[in-house]
This record gives sequence, structure tokens and C-alpha cells, in this order.
Amino acid sequence: MVIKLERSKILKEFGLKLVEQAKRGKNPKFSFPLRNLSNIVYDQKSKTLKLGDKVGTREFFNVAHAKKFLQTVEVASVIKKELLDTSKHSSLRDVFYMVKRTIPGTKVDLVEEQTESDKCIEDLEVITGLFREQLNVNADKKGSVVGNVVIEDSGDTIDWGKLGSGGWSIPSNVEEIKLKKVNADYVLYMEKAAVWERLNEDKYWKKHNCILIASQGQTTRGIRRLLQRFYDEFKLPIYVLCDGDIYGAYIYSVIKYGSIALAHASERLTIPSVRYVGITMDDVEKYQLQKHFIKLKEADYARIKQVSEYEWFKDNKEWQRQFKKMKEYKAKVEIQSLSSKGISFISETYLPEKIKKREFLD
Amino acid sequence: MAEKKKVHATKAHEMAESHKEISVSEFFAKNRHLLGFDSPRKALLMAVKEAVDNSLDACEEARILPDLYIELKQIKEGRFRVVVEDNGPGIIKEQIPKIFGKLLYGGKFHRLRCSRGQQGIGISAVLLYGQLTTGKGMYITSRVGPKHNSNYYELHIDTKKNDPIVDKEQVVDWNKEHGTRIEVELEGQYQKGKQSVDEYIKEIALINPHANVIYKTPLNETMNFPRGVNELPKEAKEIKPHPYGVELGILMRMLQGTDTTTLSNFLSTEFCRVSPKVASEICEKAKLSPRAKPKMVVRDEAEKLYDSIQSTKIIAPPTDCLSPLGEEALLKGLKKEVDAEFYCVITRPPTVYRGNPFQIEIALAYGGGLEADGAVKIMRFANRVPLLYQQGACSSAEAIIDTIWRNYGLSQSKGNLPQGPVALVVHMVSVWVPFTSEAKEAIAHYPEIVKEMKLALQDAGRKMSSYIRKTVKAREQRERVNLFEKYIPELANSLSVLTGEKPDIIEENLNKVLKKGMKDLLAVAEKAEETKIKGDNVAFGEKQDTLGEFEDGD
Repeated sequence: MVIKLERSKILKEFGLKLVEQAKRGKNPKFSFPLRNLSNIVYDQKSKTLKLGDKVGTREFFNVAHAKKFLQTVEVASVIKKELLDTSKHSSLRDVFYMVKRTIPGTKVDLVEEQTESDKCIEDLEVITGLFREQLNVNADKKGSVVGNVVIEDSGDTIDWGKLGSGGWSIPSNVEEIKLKKVNADYVLYMEKAAVWERLNEDKYWKKHNCILIASQGQTTRGIRRLLQRFYDEFKLPIYVLCDGDIYGAYIYSVIKYGSIALAHASERLTIPSVRYVGITMDDVEKYQLQKHFIKLKEADYARIKQVSEYEWFKDNKEWQRQFKKMKEYKAKVEIQSLSSKGISFISETYLPEKIKKREFLD
Repeated sequence: MAEKKKVHATKAHEMAESHKEISVSEFFAKNRHLLGFDSPRKALLMAVKEAVDNSLDACEEARILPDLYIELKQIKEGRFRVVVEDNGPGIIKEQIPKIFGKLLYGGKFHRLRCSRGQQGIGISAVLLYGQLTTGKGMYITSRVGPKHNSNYYELHIDTKKNDPIVDKEQVVDWNKEHGTRIEVELEGQYQKGKQSVDEYIKEIALINPHANVIYKTPLNETMNFPRGVNELPKEAKEIKPHPYGVELGILMRMLQGTDTTTLSNFLSTEFCRVSPKVASEICEKAKLSPRAKPKMVVRDEAEKLYDSIQSTKIIAPPTDCLSPLGEEALLKGLKKEVDAEFYCVITRPPTVYRGNPFQIEIALAYGGGLEADGAVKIMRFANRVPLLYQQGACSSAEAIIDTIWRNYGLSQSKGNLPQGPVALVVHMVSVWVPFTSEAKEAIAHYPEIVKEMKLALQDAGRKMSSYIRKTVKAREQRERVNLFEKYIPELANSLSVLTGEKPDIIEENLNKVLKKGMKDLLAVAEKAEETKIKGDNVAFGEKQDTLGEFEDGD
């Protein structure tokens, strides 16, 4: 972990380079790896998405760049002055408001939408090699965890097993959380908070000695980082439970291989050994879930085609078989459809069986 | 007021004589709307128009640079006195009563020549209208030269006989070497804006840049329209009609009226471009003897003659009879009357419709003080006479609407006039301008005419669009520099916070870079913009994979 003083210095260095260029009569510019699909490479060796070697340059005296250039420098200076130098943290939204203002003499706002300042922060990540968390910028917290784990967070000691029905809510930055005591055989991550609540109520984590983590929908950076830390620091297997549809498959894919927008952070966010528990198309047959099918829409087919053609899925026979079946059934199925077998079917039968028999998809 | 000095024994004259029972004057008195006096507002305009047209025609024919003085005076509600004074050749004493006090008297009626006069009933109609609405006649002062007397007349028209009644005649002192002044009182209405006398005079000054005009409005404003060029337009030559342009009825009348004794001779003398050889060819096709007496040709034979004319190859009429303003004069006229930032003028080469030579001139003004909202402003002229009414019915409107102005940087919805800060002048010069109706306010839709107008409009449009592109480019470049100037203090400030360096020094350095690299920067900027147009602006992760929604969280 880069210490705070150094992080502030890295940003200052970035600015000094630009100042120096102007002093020498040069058009100030900086370069960084491109972060779009054209520069995303699937690295066969590490089995993660990585940035390619295409480099973009942003220069100040260029009409197409000037505003973004100014935005990036302004975001950097705000982060340095307001956050790093004062050891404070703020949200992405805060950064947006710290930067937002009308440029004097114009009707132009320096940033108009939060996505603009968000982009600048991602750019600064690749420019400086510092991650957003290291820049003291947090996202909204999202997701809950429960398990036989004791942590230390900002001086407080917290036992995840003693937080009742809500569990511990996962902050966006988990870098500085100390995992003091971890007693678990595996981590089960699910895309549905409702399923997590079911499992928590059934004390699944106690009975099966595991950690339960849920988000709602997409997996945040904080959760991905937390999952990775369990794998890296405690060698815990990570299992993923999603809806039986293409979006579930992609949630799994992001955790396992990385994502396009955060390819520069793959190393510290992806877990190549993660496994997919369900719901699979085979589960549908085994547990007779056909009557709970939801019909696919036009967009779903397009997405199946897109995902099935990704390099990291292309040669995966098991997954290709799943995609094929989705198209054959013309349908998808939710995790909660298991409740048709009984409300605790998932915690008493489905999960224990699948995990015991190691019926996973890779 | 100078009407034509040489008076032919014209058909009109004869006709007027031979139809005494139905006096033209009487007819007009009852049907004044047919001649343009259909509203008080238009009547005032017609009075000015007839007098001004005559003055300008007379000056040009006498090769005198025109100096016009026009004055409108409001006598009481709805009544005006119109004064038009020129420095023309004047009118000899004996002709004054006839020219002003007798309808359809004059030298212009059946001539084929570019003159203004073919377009109105004449100055006598103004007298008649004044007489009808106020009971007063017209007061005329005229002098033909410094050694001659100035003659003053007060005239009425005897509407039954279509003859002038002289109320008063005397020799007066007049400090003008030559010229004519008319005064007439009439019922009228004065308004500013479109189709007003003000607008008419402004357009007169535009299309007659060789004229110097002073105009005093009823509101006692004096408007000066100084001369823009010191040369008179080329003198228009009179030509004989071309056979293709003659209609059957006119052909029959010409056969009756000719002094020639054989058909062959009739054809080769009364028309242009008909050699004896062509004449006998026409006769042969019509199965008529070239020696036949023209007066003896009956209707059926005349029709055969007409048909054979149409099917005989006859070379186009000469075009030296046309008298366009020329690009230089029109440009000067436009520049002095329209405040714009860009001007262009297109004079098309002469060509022919139905045997009548004609020529189209287009002028275009863009930007500057021109109104940017709404449709472009159109000013139409025929033989240097402004056409203020019936714009929509005019072939020029068709030509303008059919031109695709979007290609030239103006907005235009289908079937409508283009929009933008543009003034268009369309001028048709011809020995015979075809009007859609007797009111003579809209040019008829002959395909040849519309085509010429469109070609000229397209040419002008192209010139305008290249100007727009250039200025827009220059403006954008200025804006770019401006943008950087606004951003520099911001960047200097941000960098200062980030690095601890002094903001004013950073700012100064950045300004130096801007100054030094201005040209290069603009070039780079243009390139960047081009790539942007191509949609290739992916350099900084702008263009995300469309998966955004399914991407990672936060």
C-alpha cells in the first residue's frame, strides 16, 4: 500500500510535469493507456482482462481535449488538496460537486454530469497507478455480509456473526479493514439481497461454515476487492449464485475475468478461481423449474450472442452449452424460483447438494 | 413629365380614335381596379410609379443622368398631393395636353424594346384617377431647354371623348434648364413597410444606380438616394418581333396593318431574322403564295401561316436589344441600398423564350443588417421596374423555392422560401416581359425563364455558401482561441493548487504557448474536429462498449 504522503506526491508530480511543459513553451499533455474495448486484451495466462498497449494523449491546447484536460487536472488538485492532504474520504458525488462550477466568462460548466468527474478519477487511476480507494474516493456502499468473521474497521472491532438480520454493510473501500479472525470453508456470493436474507434467516452460514455476501445486481468494486482478499489472504474458495440468465453469467464473468471499464484494475479485483454454483440450465431440468420460466426478449438474445462471443467464453464448452440451452428454452429463470419447492429448499437442499457434489461451472 | 417625343401614328391611337362610342376613359373610370388603382394605398403607389417610370425612361432616352425629386404631401385625411420632378428632356408645348390628358396615347405601346413604359396604363390614368377622386386635374410644368420657355398647364380629361381639357396654360419662370414636373392630388393612403411608396423608391434607387433620387415623405422625412454610378445604362435598341413570339391574333392584325404588298415581303420586313429565303420557305409550308397580298390573307390561311412559322427553323432573335444593368452597376445599386456583409451579382447571358430575347440578373446580399429570422427578402424587377405585388405568383418565387438552399447553408423546408439573413434581387430584362395578368405584377412561368433564374440563383448560392463557410470557419477559429483564453486561468489555478507553483507564472507561460502556437493549434483543432465528425472520438474512453449497464458497480 502506497503511503498517504507518497500518494499526494504522485499527484503533485503529475501537475509539475504539466507546469514544466508550459514553462518550456510546450503544449501541456499527458498520456495514459486507453480504456475502451479496442484496447482490452484477454490475457490467456492470467485469465483476466487487461489493458492493451494502446496509449492516448490528452493535450490542453486542443479544442477536442481542452475541457477534459482541465477537468482531469482540476479533479487531481481537488483530490490532493481536499482529500489526501487532509486524510479525508469523500464520495464520487462529493468530488463532482467540489469540481462543478461555471467557467468565468462562459456559459460552460466545468463538469455537467457526475459521469464526467467519475471518468476523470478512472483516468487518474491509470495515469498515476493509484486506485480510487487510494485517492480516498468512495462509491456508495452497497451489499451485505454475514459469517464467522471478526474485523477491525476504523478502530472498531466488529463480529460479522453478531449483527442480526441486516449483517454488515460493505463499504466501497475495504482496503484498510483488518480481517482479524476468519472461520469459514468458503464464500458464497449472490446477486440477490433477498436470497441473502433467506439464507441468513435460515442460519445457512452457521450450519455450513461459510461467509454470505450479497449485492443487488452489479458487483461493486468494494465487494470484488473483499472477495479477492478472502481468496488471497485465506485461500477460501468463492462460489457465485446468480439468476439463470445471461446477466447472471456476466456478473460471474466480471468477478472471474474482470470488466472492460476496470481492466486496469484487474489484478486487484479478479479471482480466476471463482466457481459458478447456479442457477444453471441443468438445475432447471433437475428441479423442474420450467414452469417458472420467464420468456426472453429481443435484447436478451442479442446479449446472449454478445457474451457467448467474448474471448473468455468462446472456448468454454460448458458455458456454451448453457447459452445454447437458454436459446432453446427461449427463457430465463430466477434464483427465487427454487422457493416453489419450499421456502427453505435453497438452504436445506439445493445449495448443500450442489456444493457437496461440486456441481460447479468454471 | 417627359413622355415620348416622337409620336408614331400608333395602332393604339387609331384604336382609340375608332372606338369613340366606348370611351377608354369612361371605361377606366368605372373599372379602375383593372389598372391597379384598386385601393387607396395602391393608388398612391401607382401614381408615383407611373410618373417615375416615365421620368426615368425619358432621361435615359435623352441620355441624361436622372435627378428625381419626389414628394408626397398629405392634404387631409385620405388625400395626398404627389409631386414628381425630373431633369429630363422636357416635352414640347403642343404635346403636353395629349400626353397627360388622353389615355393610351404615346410612343411605347407597340414597341419591342426594353422600356419601363410597357408596364402601365400611363400617366394619363393617374390624372384620371386624381380627377375622379378629388375633382382636381393635373398641374404640369415642362421645359425642353434653356432657350425655351417653361410651360405650365392645368389639365382635365373629358372622359366621354378621351380628350384633354386645358383649364389653364401659361409661361412661367422655372429655374430648371430642362425637365418636367407634375403635381396631382388624389385619394390615397400612406403606409410604411412592404409594398409601400418608401419601399418602391428604395428599390428604384437600387435597380437604377445611375439615378439620383430625393424623396420627401408625407411625414416630412427627406430620404436621399445618391447616384451610385455615373454612366447611363446601354441604350436599348428597338427590334422587330421574332416570328416565334407572335400569336395568331397579333399575326392577323399585323397582316391587316402592314404597308407591304406581298406576303414574302411582309414576313421579311415586319419580323426580325426572316430572310427572303426563310420567308418563301414559310409560305411554301403554309401552301400560300409568297406574292399574296397580306391584307387578303383570311383567318384559315393566317392559321396555316402561323403553324408553318412554328415548324420552320428560324435563328434566334438578336440579343443586343437587351439592356441589363450589368454586374458592376447592379452590385453598386445593391450595396448602396442594402446593408449586408456579403454581396454577389450574377448576370446570365441573354437567351430567348418564345422568340423574345431576355436576360436574367440576380443579386444576393447576405448577413450584416439583414433580418436573420424568417424568409429571405425578395426584390423583383422587370426592366428596372420594381414589382411589389403578387410575389407568390411570380416565376421568380418558383425559381427560388425550387433551388435547394440547404446546399448553400440556408434552412429551407420543402416547397417554401429559404430562411436567413438574405436579400435576393431578381431582374428580368426583355423586350417583352410576360406577365401573368394585366396588373403586370408577376412574371409568367415560362420554363426558359425559370431555368435561367435558377441557374443564376444556384450560382449566387454557391458563392454565398463559400463565403459562409469561410466566415464561419474564421468565427470558429476566433471562438477556439477565446475558449483557450477562458480556460487558461482555470488551468493555472488548478495546477497551482496541485503543485504549489505560482498561478500567475503558470498563466503567463500558458498564454505564451497559446500565442506562439496559435496557427498550429488551430490546425490541430480542425483536424480534431474532422475526426470527431467521423465518429472516431474514442481516444479517451468516450465511446464505451455498449455494455455499460452490465459493467461493474459503483
